[in-house]
Amino acid sequence: MADLTLRNVKKAYGSLNILHGIDLDIESGEFIVFVGPSGCGKSTLLRSIAGLEEITSGDLSIDGERVNDVPPSKRGIAMVFQSYALYPHMTVYDNMAFSMKIAKENKAEIDKRVKQAAEILQLTKYLDRLPKAMSGGQRQRVAIGRAIVRNPKVFLFDEPLSNLDAALRVATRIEIAKLKESMPNTTMIYVTHDQVEAMTLADRIVVLKEGRIEQVGSPMELYKRPGNLFVAQFIGSPAMNILPGKVDKAGSNTAITHIGGKASVPIATPASAQGTEISFGVRPEDLYVAKGKDSLFEGKVDYIEQLGEVQLVYVDIGRGIELPLIAKLPGNVPIERGATMKLDASAEDLHIFDANGSSFLQHKPEAKAA
Amino acid sequence: MAQASGSSAGKSSFGRWGVHLAVLFFVVIWTIPTLGILVSSLRDKDQIIASGWWNSFFSSSQTQAGRLAPASAQQEKDGKFVIEGNIFETPGASQISAFGTRAQQPTAYEAGSVADLGDGETLQVNADGTYVHTSAKAFEGERGQRVYYASTVPPRFTTENYQTVLFSEGIGRSFLNSLTVTIPATVIPIMIAAFAAYALAWMRFPGRALLIAVIIGLLVVPLQMALIPLLEIYNGVGNLFGVPSKTYLGIWLAHTGFGLPFAIYLLRSYMAGLPRELMESARIDGASDFEIFMKIVLPLSFPVLASFAIFQFLWVWNDLLVAMVFLGSGNDQLVLTGRLNALLGSRGGDWEILTTSAFVTIIVPLIVFFSLQRYFVRGLLAGSVKGG
Repeated sequence: MADLTLRNVKKAYGSLNILHGIDLDIESGEFIVFVGPSGCGKSTLLRSIAGLEEITSGDLSIDGERVNDVPPSKRGIAMVFQSYALYPHMTVYDNMAFSMKIAKENKAEIDKRVKQAAEILQLTKYLDRLPKAMSGGQRQRVAIGRAIVRNPKVFLFDEPLSNLDAALRVATRIEIAKLKESMPNTTMIYVTHDQVEAMTLADRIVVLKEGRIEQVGSPMELYKRPGNLFVAQFIGSPAMNILPGKVDKAGSNTAITHIGGKASVPIATPASAQGTEISFGVRPEDLYVAKGKDSLFEGKVDYIEQLGEVQLVYVDIGRGIELPLIAKLPGNVPIERGATMKLDASAEDLHIFDANGSSFLQHKPEAKAA
Repeated sequence: MAQASGSSAGKSSFGRWGVHLAVLFFVVIWTIPTLGILVSSLRDKDQIIASGWWNSFFSSSQTQAGRLAPASAQQEKDGKFVIEGNIFETPGASQISAFGTRAQQPTAYEAGSVADLGDGETLQVNADGTYVHTSAKAFEGERGQRVYYASTVPPRFTTENYQTVLFSEGIGRSFLNSLTVTIPATVIPIMIAAFAAYALAWMRFPGRALLIAVIIGLLVVPLQMALIPLLEIYNGVGNLFGVPSKTYLGIWLAHTGFGLPFAIYLLRSYMAGLPRELMESARIDGASDFEIFMKIVLPLSFPVLASFAIFQFLWVWNDLLVAMVFLGSGNDQLVLTGRLNALLGSRGGDWEILTTSAFVTIIVPLIVFFSLQRYFVRGLLAGSVKGG
């Protein structure tokens, strides 16, 4: 129903630039998640799409129509705020009916749509309550219901779960996922700093850093083939181990030397990369205890965090204990502190990044994330 | 360790007692004069002079003088001449405890006893005021015997004073005048200030910060400085339209002007504290600024509107200066404070009039304060406590 196009969108407050030219195409019916550390501009970008912030330059189009100067209410969007932003003096019913009352729709239609939304969100028996008499999760559902009633082309969520406690967060996350399933044609844009929400909800994730898009791609794409060091370390927990290395032999299979020894990585590198300094990455969960003689790393176990199902093992591989190699191993593997252990990883789970921090995958146009 | 915690607990409980004592102190300081005025206003005017209001619940003792009936009322009984009667015009109002016939000894004899006045003359005065005056010789003279007596008057409470001040001293009319001044002078600034405060808090326009600074600056302009220039302008405008300068409209405008800076300041700081997301949500829902103001901001600002209304109401009600300058002193324009001031001059010794008038004057502020006090406190906290 609604394609969203951003072309070189910039936002500045005076001389302070928040967004440095965002280009993004969002297809109708997609669930897009903006993720990034605090201050990366993800909320500003969302608010610009909503029309709450004016864009300094660039074009924002919804369904091919340029909406830069269209007021928020005419853009066909609805927004769910982090703080719910329910009108405290109105009942749940009035909260949900507010936009339609402003639009002067007829009463029967308002009633029908509100009841319908309440049905979807199981709010029917709370319609007469004031927001203050409801729990956080219920309030968030009212906020979502208020958005549903508007029947928007694009749903905007601004960190909708961060005010909820952990258990409720999981439940509401699933509700949002189901809501999206029930409205396959509605585009949803969701801002969060929580990578679990991003991974579980998104069709595509947009990783932002300092007002620039770092990478756009499906959750698994970002996880398996991060475009650069920032994305590699931002997605996944604990963060990917990054070690300095050097290219021994460029080619379709790259031979490298790193602190633990040598490795062959099945990622193509151009001839120009021969002999250059690189960053070599491997995710903690891709490491396992080496069975044979050969191993990627060998070091002394410095510290163990036992989490039950898994344990995080901090291994000193000769870079000092401040820069340990972290391995996520099954919780039932017996490991002793101070012991020397060998760790290995599959070749396809290794990542290499050039001196600028971009993945070598990015050097091949066909491997570039869509 | 235990000692330390013990002493700190002692200190805090001492602090709490300090607070309680201070509160008690202020309550007493405030309550006692108010109670005094109320009690005095309900007392009989003679009793106000005789004793303080704190004695008003006890009988008061006064020494008075009276005259027996003249000689023409004498009757001859058993060879003696007798005058009988009652010393009180309205028997039963008070009790006589003692009496005498000489000013030097006004209480020489107990009530009910028979006093020997010499020359075969006796006088008996009973507690209820009845007397028997006998003499061997016939009484002569046009005026009766002078008698002094100590009477105890039981406490008497009355609403007569209120009837007097309300209907014959003009307090009732002034009460209406004060209401006529105060109600519009409270409502008008609230209406203007609410709109202004919303614009200054939530609408973006050039010069907004400067405007706020000017309004804050106006807060510290003394009212007296503006009185004369304002009156000049009023007179000029009055002449221009051929209307008198001292009108109710004039004083409404004056109070509105003097009240606005504080009103805008108070309301703006409260409205600015409302969550931004509420406005944004309403904007996405399609509400215009006017709709946001009417449907979201105004209902949520009710506590601060109420607290400003209290401030303004009390200030206008108690104002004398502005009323003196901008309103005439005729019966149809004199406000309560002005009337009290006038009564202080003309009826300065009549405590029953003054206390009653004073109580009529404070009754409205008292009602306003007690019925809206929770908003009063909230208003004072506005801006300092989030969500206050």
